[in-house]
Amino acid sequence: MSRLRLYQIVIVAGFVLLLEALCLAGVIDRVTMPPPHIILRDLARLVLAGRYFGEIGKSLANVLAAFASAYLIGVVTGTILHGYKTVRQILDPLFATYYAIPVFAFYPLFIVMFGLGDGPQILIGFMLAIVAVIITTLNGLDRVPAVLKKTARVNGLNALQTARLITLPFCAPYLLTAAKLALAYAFIGVIGSEFIMARSGMGYEISYAYTNFDNATMYPLILLILLLSIAANSLLSHWERVLLARRGQT
Amino acid sequence: MSAAQVTLRGVTKVFPAVAGGEAVHALGPIDIEIRKGEFFAVVGPSGCGKSTLLELIAGLTSTTQGKIEFEGRAIQENVPEGVGVVFQEDACFPWLNVRGNVEFGLRQKNIGSDEKARRAAAVIDMMGLRDFAESYPAQLSGGMRQRVCIARTIVAEPRLILLDEPFGALDQQTRLLMGDEVLRLWRQTGATVFLITHALDEAAMLADRIVVMSARPGKAIDLVETGWPRERDSRIVERENFGALTSRLWKTLREESLKTMGRSG
Repeated sequence: MSRLRLYQIVIVAGFVLLLEALCLAGVIDRVTMPPPHIILRDLARLVLAGRYFGEIGKSLANVLAAFASAYLIGVVTGTILHGYKTVRQILDPLFATYYAIPVFAFYPLFIVMFGLGDGPQILIGFMLAIVAVIITTLNGLDRVPAVLKKTARVNGLNALQTARLITLPFCAPYLLTAAKLALAYAFIGVIGSEFIMARSGMGYEISYAYTNFDNATMYPLILLILLLSIAANSLLSHWERVLLARRGQT
Repeated sequence: MSAAQVTLRGVTKVFPAVAGGEAVHALGPIDIEIRKGEFFAVVGPSGCGKSTLLELIAGLTSTTQGKIEFEGRAIQENVPEGVGVVFQEDACFPWLNVRGNVEFGLRQKNIGSDEKARRAAAVIDMMGLRDFAESYPAQLSGGMRQRVCIARTIVAEPRLILLDEPFGALDQQTRLLMGDEVLRLWRQTGATVFLITHALDEAAMLADRIVVMSARPGKAIDLVETGWPRERDSRIVERENFGALTSRLWKTLREESLKTMGRSG
């Protein structure tokens, strides 16, 4: 284990131990938050009982749908936009200010348009994620050295082959960063939407537990979302590290 | 050596004005004939259009006026079959290992994967990269990466190899040794080599004939025949007439370089 990783673990463990101490000492009262060891015990209880598997599966499926659609459409859109300078210049101000728009404000409109099913939640996740993917893809494509594009021409590649064999592989680290952002935004969008108006999903269950003062459910579910999000992001980060190490960019 | 493989007749390149600036007359008119199988070098002051000249011959850009032919066929904004280019910048693909980089040069060849692997392995051997075939460019030195780029070019067996200051980023010792490598490859492959360089000693050591270009717009102002034997290497610099040759090149080039710097001799 590297020294850096050790420090990271020590910081997280230290934070958890501090919370534990504050809770046990009564500085944080139990109605506000149970000690971390109780949250862990409740999480194990929930998981072993299989009580929320349906909700977890539903939320994860929606996150995956939002992530996959935003990622695929975002990478393709970014790649196409990169070839059309004027269109990109027109859209640049929109991209620059996009995250100032409160996407969640459109949620009621999406419910009117798409009903109370999963559609509005996936759409919110998609909308939050796609622009980050487009911007990151464009950023990567901007950095492709001119000499690689010339090499593509010397090797007789057409535009599609150049994108597939040269520019997109060169941008792979940027595309992985785009995936990490898309995943994080998809989680925020879907779980956040479930909080607001949904009738199912992990976000809804957390919200329901909160309104019923059910800490034994709320905190374990929050922890579960955290763990799932961190696990998915860690997997992508691992791939990113392998890719960058191969390119001597660690 | 025999008939002209590449001919340039009245070739001119003018870059159109950009964002309110003025059009740039970069090159020409220039007339050059490159003979089949020779090692031809071009030297000239910075900004005289040497790289533009190479890109015109490679079909990477089009002429404003004049005509370029490769083996009797006109070149105009498409890279002709049989032409390979090695650039000054590192053009290795960082996501492919040495073997993958070299095999990439065979993409356009209609041959099976076994044959591709065999040819790539042969060129990797020829370039002294056998022990690094599975290494990625980031694990190699600058000189080795340039050898990978040369290997990727020659694996396709081009009849004309264009070298755009390929050793520009390397130290002097590595440049001399790479020069030996290129001379060996030139003899082994029988290809014509067209070298762009700013290093007079490099041109004098490697080439059969050297064109000296004027300051912008670049024109051919001198053509020097070195008279070296085909079997040669970097030890040619020890010859008495090597100094005289580089002196002649410098004498012609000095005036032009001073013009580039806005001074007179």
